[in-house]
Amino acid sequence: MADNGKLKLGLYWAASCGGCEIAIVELREKILDLDAAADILFWPCAMDFKYKDVEAMPDGHIDVCLFNGAIRSSENEEMAHLLRQKSQVLVAFGSCAHEGCIPGLGNLFDRQSIFDRVYLETPSTDNPDSIFPQTSYQMPEGEVHIPSFYNTVKTLGQVEDVDYFVPGCPPQAPQIWAVIGAILSGELPEKGSVVGASATKTVCDECKYDREEKRVTKFYRPHEIIAEDRCLFDQGIICSGPATRAGCEARCTSVGMPCRGCYGPGPNVVDQGAALLSAVASVVDADTEEEAARIVGDVLDPVGTFYRFGLPASMLHRKKLEGVG
Amino acid sequence: MSDNGNGFEPRIVGFLCNWCTYTAADTAGVSRMKQTANVDIIRVMCSGRVDPTFILKAFVEGADGVIVSGCHPPGDCHYSTGNFKTFRRMPMVEALLEQYGIEKGRFHWGWISGAEAPKWARLVNEFTEQVRDLGPLDWKRQLQSKED
Ligand code: SF4
Ligand code: SF4
Repeated sequence: MADNGKLKLGLYWAASCGGCEIAIVELREKILDLDAAADILFWPCAMDFKYKDVEAMPDGHIDVCLFNGAIRSSENEEMAHLLRQKSQVLVAFGSCAHEGCIPGLGNLFDRQSIFDRVYLETPSTDNPDSIFPQTSYQMPEGEVHIPSFYNTVKTLGQVEDVDYFVPGCPPQAPQIWAVIGAILSGELPEKGSVVGASATKTVCDECKYDREEKRVTKFYRPHEIIAEDRCLFDQGIICSGPATRAGCEARCTSVGMPCRGCYGPGPNVVDQGAALLSAVASVVDADTEEEAARIVGDVLDPVGTFYRFGLPASMLHRKKLEGVG
Repeated sequence: MSDNGNGFEPRIVGFLCNWCTYTAADTAGVSRMKQTANVDIIRVMCSGRVDPTFILKAFVEGADGVIVSGCHPPGDCHYSTGNFKTFRRMPMVEALLEQYGIEKGRFHWGWISGAEAPKWARLVNEFTEQVRDLGPLDWKRQLQSKED
C-alpha cells in the first residue's frame, strides 16, 4: 500500500484487442470508487507511462498488477517478467492472459506463415521486394531494434508465475469489481485460483434455457439459422455452454447467441475443446457411420470452434511446428 | 521389437474395448501370432468410453500413434450402442488431429471383434510400420521449443 493507504495498481496490455481495458472503464461510476481506493502507477493504454518508469521502481513496488493480453512477442514476454518482478500480486486478467484467447488461434500457424499472409498475400498488400520486418536495422543514427514475433502464442502463466486468473473475453464488470473488492479487503483465495467466476457451475447452469439434449441431424453456424427461443444446442447451433465455466451470467445466450467458451473450461474439464467435441458428438442423430460422418462434417473448423478462446492453454497448445519433433 | 534400420521404435497406445478388440488382442497373444511389441494396450469397458481427451493426452505424453478399437456396429456392442458414440466422435477427432498437424497415419479407429484375432495382429504390424515411416512425433519437444 502507498503511504496514503491506497492500493498501488498497475494495468498492462500485451497481445490483446483492448477489450479488457474497456472492461475496466465499463465499471462506470465504480471507476471513481476504484480511483478512491487505488493509485494507478502504470496504465499505458489510458495514461502516459513509459517502460522506464516501471524499471525505475523498486521490486514489489506495485501491489497488484492486472495483466491482460497473451504473450505473442519478445516485448510481451519482457514486460511479463518485469511486471512480475515489480508486483506483489500478478493477475492474469482476461481470456488472453489466462488462456491465449483469439490471438492464440495464431497457434494454428507459425511466424513465417503469418508473415507471408500479412506482408505478401493479403489482397491489399503491395510488397514487390518481399520486405519483412527485421528485428534489427542499421540506421545512420545507429542500430534500431524491434521485438521479435514468436511462433507460438503463450499464456501469461506459461512464461511467468501468476497469482490469480480472471477469465472472460472480457471479464464482466461485476466480476472485476468482486475481484478488486477481494483484493482491497485482503480476502484473497489460494494462490493459483481462478477468481471472478464459478468453480462449480457451467454456463448452461446460468443460462435462461434448459438444455434437453435433443438429437440433431444438422449443425448450423449462427448466421445460417433463425434460432427459436429455446436452447441453441438443441437446435443444432454449437454452444460451448456445457464445456464452459459459469461467471458471465450467460451473456451471449441471453441475447440469442451461442456461448463461445470465453470463460474457459468448466468444472472437472481437462481440455475444453475435447469436452465440447464430446458434447457435440453426443447429440448427433445417426445410427450409421456414414450418417454420423455426414452430420459432423458440418463442423468446418473443429479447432477454431472447440478451442476458440483456449488453444494455447489446451493440452496440445498449438499446431505441430515443422522441423520440431 | 522389430527395427527397419532407422533405430526408431514407435510408441503406440491402443484403447481397446473389453468385450471385442481386447479379447481379439488377448487371443492373438495366447495363440502366439507374430506381432510387433510397439502397442501399449489400455483396456476400456467400451470404445464409447474413449474420451477425446485420452487420445490428445496420449499424443502429448509421447505416443507416436493411437489406436481406438471396439465392437462392430450395429449389434456387436455389449452395451448395444456404446460404439455409436465412437463413430459419432471419431470423425471429429480425426479432423481435429489433422488441423493440429498430426498426420492421418498416426491415428486409427475401427472395429475388431473377439473372433478376429488375426485382424488385430495384422493391424498391429501394419500400423507399427506406418507410424515408423512417419517418424517420432515427440509432442513434448513441440511444447518446449524455444523462441529465437
Ligand atoms: S443455449 Fe447453450 S448455454 Fe444455454 S442451455 Fe443450451 S447449451 Fe447450455
Ligand atoms: S456466454 Fe460464453 S462466450 Fe458469452 S460471455 Fe459467457 S462464457 Fe463468454
